[in-house]
Amino acid sequence: MVSDLFPLMLKGAETSRRGKRLVGPIDLSLDGQGLCVVMGPNGSGKTTLLRLMHGTARLTGGEVTWACDTATARHHQAFVFQQPVVLRRTVEENLTYPLQLRGVARKAARASAQKWAAKVGLGPHLQRRAMVLSGGEQQKLAIARALITDPALVFLDEPTASLDGRAMREIEAILLQAKADGTRLILSTHDMGQARRIADQVVFMLGGKVHETGTAPAFFEAPQTPEARAFLQGDIVE
Amino acid sequence: MRSLRVTLTALVIACLIALPLAALLAVRRFRWRRATIAMLNALMGLPPVVVGLIVYIFLSRSGPFGALGLLFTPTAMIIAQVIIIVPLIASIAHQSLRELWAEYHDLLISLNVTQMQKVRTLLWDARRALLTAALAGFGRGIGEVGAIMIVGGNIDNATRVLTTAIALETGKGEFALALALGFVLIALALGVNLLIHWVGQTERDSRW
Repeated sequence: MVSDLFPLMLKGAETSRRGKRLVGPIDLSLDGQGLCVVMGPNGSGKTTLLRLMHGTARLTGGEVTWACDTATARHHQAFVFQQPVVLRRTVEENLTYPLQLRGVARKAARASAQKWAAKVGLGPHLQRRAMVLSGGEQQKLAIARALITDPALVFLDEPTASLDGRAMREIEAILLQAKADGTRLILSTHDMGQARRIADQVVFMLGGKVHETGTAPAFFEAPQTPEARAFLQGDIVE
Repeated sequence: MRSLRVTLTALVIACLIALPLAALLAVRRFRWRRATIAMLNALMGLPPVVVGLIVYIFLSRSGPFGALGLLFTPTAMIIAQVIIIVPLIASIAHQSLRELWAEYHDLLISLNVTQMQKVRTLLWDARRALLTAALAGFGRGIGEVGAIMIVGGNIDNATRVLTTAIALETGKGEFALALALGFVLIALALGVNLLIHWVGQTERDSRW
């Protein structure tokens, strides 16, 4: 299924608000393999780039194209936010929600919810209110809810930014498992360590533009631009 | 019991109008949205007597809906109460739905849900807050006297309700009876409130 969506192409894609360009113009091509990490300092446009690709930020110039039509591509995507968004329902109802929207029968949806809750370690909390879960548990729930529809592509916007080490490790394990199951992941982060641990490809952003792209080993071992080098060394890049 | 029947009927109709309206105001961006919200807020303070007067004019023999013969019937009283409590319920409901929408916005947009699904999700997940809105509407309706006195006419065995009976008995100097009726009214209002509160509580550990 993954190959049906890709390649994803951005040609001169940009988004502006009130005449001010927030991101772009961006030219980028992504294939359907592995885990792509979008890196860069705060305000470099990582979130906006993810939203542009997902189709929830307004494209004010250029184009974003998929191998299939946009509506079909959108149907096979999910998005996980930096601050987990959980519905004011139980864990199980949170998980069945996207399935119900797609008309999956209640029984099948519940079975699927049980399976996914177990997968992300929320099995014992199935009937608890999602709002009372810890931050890390809520984010795991959000990721499970994104994965439950078996999407070809999941965007994750700094999913571990506000979490501690243990929750981060658990979430990375879930993501690597999803990747192994064939889901394409595009994740933004400004956590260098995380990028080194899980990235297959890197898109380095600076000032609203894609500054450098490459495979993870190439980028981390031999960055091409001085800004990327400085960023990797932990210098402040703006 | 006529009091209860009139107000509960008005409440159900008002909720059917006000809740979807409040949800739409929360999720849709249309041209007159702000104006509509401002108007609803302003209408919360609508004097019932004026509503009664206007409904009277519309329903009276020479009015546009005179042919329906609704004036001085419970139906006319229900219409007046609906007009009085819709803005109240819609405004209170809109407040909580707007907050919930701010919380859910990104997720629901990302899930590409239809307008209808958005409204249903919001109404369902905010149901406890909406119950409060409905209770406020019930409180305003059950205690209302000005409008239903005008459009109902306070006819014995037909359109006399607790509030209008109290007004009448007080006017006649029958304070004991008026006071007794007053206690019945209070008991009724409290009873319905407690009942709804209890229904809400039965959903366990639903505190946020």
